[in-house]
Amino acid sequence: MPGITAFGGYVPRLRLSRQAIAAAHSWSDPAIKARGKGERSFCNWDEDTVTMGVEAARDCLGEGSEGQPAGSPDAIYFASTTFPFVERQNAGILATALGLDGDCMALDLTGSQRAGTTALLQALAAVAGGQVEDALVVVSDQRRAKASSAGEFAYGDGAAAVRVSADDGLLRFRGGHSVTVDFIDHFRAEGEAFEYTWEERWIRDEGLAKIVPPAITRALAKAGVSADDVAHFCMPSTIGRAVAGIARSAGIADAAVRDNLHGGLGECGCAHALVMLLHALEGDVEPGDIIVVAAFGQGCDVLVFEATAALTAQVPAGRLGIRGALAAGKSTDNYQQYLAFNDLITLEKGMRAERDDYKTALTVTYRKRDMLLGLVGGRCTRCGTLQFPRTDVCVNPQCRAHHTQEPYAFRDEPAQVLTWSADYLTYIPNPPSHYGMITFDNGGRFMTDFTDVDVGDLEVGTRVRMMFRIKSVDSLRGFVRYFWKAVPVREVVASSAAAAG
Amino acid sequence: MARGIKDKVAILGMGCSKFGERWESGAEELMVEAFEEAIGDAGVDASQIDAAWFSTHYEEINVGKGGLPLSVTLRLPNIAVTRVENFCASGSEAFRGAVYAVASGACDIALALGVEKLKDTGYGGLPGSLGGTLNAQWAATGSAPGNFAQLASAYRAKHGVSRDDLKRALAHISVKSHANGAKNDKAHLQKAITEEQALNAPMIAEPLGLFDCCGVSDGAAACIVTTPEIARSLGKANVVTVKALQLSLSNGSESGHNSWDGSYFHTTRIAARKAYEEAGIHNARDEVSMFECHDCFSVTELVTMEDLQLSPEGGAIKDVLDGFYDADGQIPCQIDGGLKCFGHPIGASGIRMLYEMYLQLQGRAGPRQLANPTIGMTHNLGGSPMSNVAAVCIIGAA
Repeated sequence: MPGITAFGGYVPRLRLSRQAIAAAHSWSDPAIKARGKGERSFCNWDEDTVTMGVEAARDCLGEGSEGQPAGSPDAIYFASTTFPFVERQNAGILATALGLDGDCMALDLTGSQRAGTTALLQALAAVAGGQVEDALVVVSDQRRAKASSAGEFAYGDGAAAVRVSADDGLLRFRGGHSVTVDFIDHFRAEGEAFEYTWEERWIRDEGLAKIVPPAITRALAKAGVSADDVAHFCMPSTIGRAVAGIARSAGIADAAVRDNLHGGLGECGCAHALVMLLHALEGDVEPGDIIVVAAFGQGCDVLVFEATAALTAQVPAGRLGIRGALAAGKSTDNYQQYLAFNDLITLEKGMRAERDDYKTALTVTYRKRDMLLGLVGGRCTRCGTLQFPRTDVCVNPQCRAHHTQEPYAFRDEPAQVLTWSADYLTYIPNPPSHYGMITFDNGGRFMTDFTDVDVGDLEVGTRVRMMFRIKSVDSLRGFVRYFWKAVPVREVVASSAAAAG
Repeated sequence: MARGIKDKVAILGMGCSKFGERWESGAEELMVEAFEEAIGDAGVDASQIDAAWFSTHYEEINVGKGGLPLSVTLRLPNIAVTRVENFCASGSEAFRGAVYAVASGACDIALALGVEKLKDTGYGGLPGSLGGTLNAQWAATGSAPGNFAQLASAYRAKHGVSRDDLKRALAHISVKSHANGAKNDKAHLQKAITEEQALNAPMIAEPLGLFDCCGVSDGAAACIVTTPEIARSLGKANVVTVKALQLSLSNGSESGHNSWDGSYFHTTRIAARKAYEEAGIHNARDEVSMFECHDCFSVTELVTMEDLQLSPEGGAIKDVLDGFYDADGQIPCQIDGGLKCFGHPIGASGIRMLYEMYLQLQGRAGPRQLANPTIGMTHNLGGSPMSNVAAVCIIGAA
């Protein structure tokens, strides 16, 4: 039976206090204070659906982690309702950034809040049919919401990734069912920045309550599982208690309904059903447990899984998972910063910000795609020196050999800070701009931008890891340039990942 | 075996515009201002110039590409004009072109002129540059202060210096340059400052505050060179000749190979060693009378003192605080105010440094005049600590 063989998650570091959102808007709507509980995640200025997807996939693929299937996936399914590119395959960016084999089918799925579960269903069908051997499913969302809207409180940013093959792996796919109904709880037209949403009570009573329970019943029947046996029910909804009602209608025990992570994360769009699944897998699922995953959006998808005996050490060392990422959050009440990062306020950026509005030479972007997207440098086959970028002439002053370098990926190389500064002059959306020289433990160095860094975080010798981020945005032409940046390795990361495991 | 440049070329005349926020002048007016002083000082006519080298860095906001802007502005007599660009060391590069032309015998009289009009950008500091179609897609964010501030982190780590001790030495460097600039009526910044002002200034790039950064100025400087023989035949006394002229460029090892610790200028050390050899200087600390170094930032000046072998490695802080480089110290540094206060019109700066050394050697430096200097040195640097162009020039009495 097909199943899930590995999983990984990512949540941006920043957590906005909902109390801060409520405080900003209570002047116009005193009742809004009631929403001011907990925190929601939000992207740093240099994160988006693609960068979060890359990090979730890295967490899933986790080179060197225990129990990882070998080889490169031969299909990549990428789901989001907030892709940065409408044309230019987003899954292709992922594949190159992850260094996947180019002999690979790739697909972007979008258009509905169940795009994530549909991507997973498609991957499971493809491996079951033998068309694909090893599929990578990445789901990621960064939903924009108008200031003071319900979505601003309810949504969060995040991503999840799972690897799917014809062998059960960690989770055996027992069966699933989809229904398609043009029920418009919300919509967002082409070119529109924000969604338009209908009344919650109607969505709950006429949509969720009537469409989802029969689909669950059909899925359980196909899986040959009784509703009583469901141990974990992972279904997102921003409407309070709607999911509990669905579970009751479908005969699933109240205790099986998973926390939707509203308190510390918010709903991560079409990624959220899998985010909830991962959160369950990272500590609460026992071998043999039945898990139902459902997502609603112009109908619904329902997937039924059974945990196998292989699901024991859920989060291998060195991996973060959703729980690790949640624990590594940085709380802030800086609502103005959230508005700025999400382009919800017109800020004076100064003339220095104008310099970035030049076009990107796509010929160069293509020629150097492994370097720019995959952080692939070189290793001199004569002297062994690692170097970035890869060039025709070895950088080692004692070698200088020509045409001796083979590709060498620096993505996962451990590194530390050699020099640094915090620059208050250069334009950056999140000043001061931290940058400096890093040296990789096994050789190689370059000047890099630091991100997810606070004033005082850096010293000579600070350990860093590389992360895939937005380098800059050509706002004139709507082109996002990606590259890699260094992020301080924080103690909380290691300890929380261990705790989650 | 190369024989070097020593005593083959003499400075016939020099000129320098007033540096600063020259709102009323464009690059063309600045060029004319510097050239008129230089040609008057040389005592020749423009028609006697055989070839010219023209340095400017930001052609985009300046005069455009090529040698034409100089040729057209000065109405030169249809001679060869070469535009050179080597970052902030462009001025030294123009000087090198003119000096080599005379030394080769191809020219009797050659002109080097550098100019930069920076205050047409609409903001303070230097404009950003893209660095090419590939670098634009991956090179780290950066400004000049942020790039040079990196030195401080590595220097502190290497020599075990506290942030406070470093900041005090950096403040002394800036206080000294402001005191010197106050005696220079061509300087951009002519006000003395206190150590407290320097220490409490707004942060630009950790640990560099406002007063750790040089002025962003408009200006031009010019130099006319010939052979020592022609200079004497034109009736010149106190002839100043070129003793050494060396350039060293990074080859990517600092930025790409784990052999550099980030705390010094690899290229400056090489250029200095070669220049001392060319000039026949055996102990720079004892033999150099004065110098202008590329003090784009206070920390650049601090580490350069060691790279030029004037202070022992790790010893610059003590020398600075002891006043070794002050106007009344053993080796006065930035006696004209330096980049810090005279100002830094990129393409002109290398020639501006030579202008002060030339005036001092001829005893014409007015209120700044030092007692009997014999050897003057300029250090002109372009780029960043991890990838740069270092120029060292030594001039002295013939």
